[in-house]
Amino acid sequence: MKIGYYPGCSLLGSSRDFGESVVAVARALEVELVDVPDWNCCGASSAHAMDHLLSVALPASVLASAARAGLTEVVAPCASCFNRLASARHAIQKDPALRKQVEQVLDVPAGSLATLAEKVRILNVIDLLQRCSDRIAAKVTQPFARAVACYYGCLLVRPGEVVGADRVEDPVSMDVLVEKAGGKPVAWSFKTECCGAALSIPNTPLVGKLGARIVEDAAARQAEAIVVACPMCHSNLDMRRGAIDDARGKKSGLPVLFITQVVGLALGLPPSELGLERHFVPVNLSRPAAPVA
Amino acid sequence: MLRAENSEDTPTSTEPHSSTSDRTLSGRLENAAGVHSADCYQCGKCTAGCPLAAEMDHAPSQLLRMLQTDLPQHEERALRSRAIWMCVGCQTCVSRCPKQVDLPRAMDFLRQESLARGLVNRDASEIVAFHRAFLDSIERHGRVYELGLVAGYKLRTGHLAQDTTLAPAMVLKGKLGLLPHAGNRAAVAKIFARARALQKGSGQ
Repeated sequence: MKIGYYPGCSLLGSSRDFGESVVAVARALEVELVDVPDWNCCGASSAHAMDHLLSVALPASVLASAARAGLTEVVAPCASCFNRLASARHAIQKDPALRKQVEQVLDVPAGSLATLAEKVRILNVIDLLQRCSDRIAAKVTQPFARAVACYYGCLLVRPGEVVGADRVEDPVSMDVLVEKAGGKPVAWSFKTECCGAALSIPNTPLVGKLGARIVEDAAARQAEAIVVACPMCHSNLDMRRGAIDDARGKKSGLPVLFITQVVGLALGLPPSELGLERHFVPVNLSRPAAPVA
Repeated sequence: MLRAENSEDTPTSTEPHSSTSDRTLSGRLENAAGVHSADCYQCGKCTAGCPLAAEMDHAPSQLLRMLQTDLPQHEERALRSRAIWMCVGCQTCVSRCPKQVDLPRAMDFLRQESLARGLVNRDASEIVAFHRAFLDSIERHGRVYELGLVAGYKLRTGHLAQDTTLAPAMVLKGKLGLLPHAGNRAAVAKIFARARALQKGSGQ
């Protein structure tokens, strides 16, 4: 299977572990990832917060580049990139006035973005793994036999009509994948609560406060790890664990894994290929797994 | 409580990009973003589910109520609020709203309007500095250069000592590149320039 790949800025930098595990798992599942040529940043939260036209034009430029390269499907593992690309595609289809402005900004022929948005579909990493779920189940050599809390956050599930999420309030797509990898997802209450996203730098204590509620509930449900599919969720729960511990008034060693790392471990890939040593909260998998009922 | 003293002026159009008055903030919100603040019947579900409502000076449903009154003093309070900058766009409110009032889109509009009119809340200076540094980084490099972004944020805010222990740890873990990525810089710089020219031309 061949598919377009939009790594986005964070998978080459602060979420290199996510990028490494996506590439390693794709290879193991015989998925060929083809980079979108000359891709640019999607604008993320900042364009969204400050400049609506740019927040559509920047991802639209990525869609145009993918279409020129003949890619009909692009996987964007970063949840923020995925959401911006999918939102831009949606906006281009629903709002002709905005589409015309974006065409001017990108300096492309009038009307060209409408056909392009039809052509290029955007997938997130859960969509990609779901397609390979039979192959995952067949190739599991070391079942990830742990109780985990699947944390979806915001951008993979909302707005539902833009991202096509399975269930907006109580998604289960990642839980099903964890089961395929041999794990046991716990039922918990913070699956789709916000981690504070881009407030990580301008308001770190607030991100600590929001993350504290998430870690608190996952720990109370006896999860041995939190599983995510978003670089911002990961850095706010892993890299910002100090702020979370400060907010809770106690330390927690609950590790946060990307879904691709969980699947990779189950497929028998070495932890170093999955970027596990780059986490701030150590992923200590040497101790025996708790019995899974 | 806020009262709708001018309620007879409340826009009732349901079509986006209609001829609704540009004199009021609610009218401009409707024309520019297709969001009908008049649709809100104040059930409060947005506020109940908002993860950041506790950090806001005015709850999300109150902001909508301010727009509904069409009173200049309420409009200014909304534009000067801390709330519009605390919203991170998690989309919980709109996905639960019985009237599908697109509050996150309204927040985007209010932020842009607040910036354009120089009414940004003082508590939001760090957040604005972060977004500006982020956009600068994209404009300059085509992609986000994380080290440059953090440096730009620190210079704008004067918070030079923030995260000084985190950055070296990130470098050690290979999570903070010392050099910018090779992106398509020229094309992205043109996107920024044309967007600026277009928005200046249309008075946005």
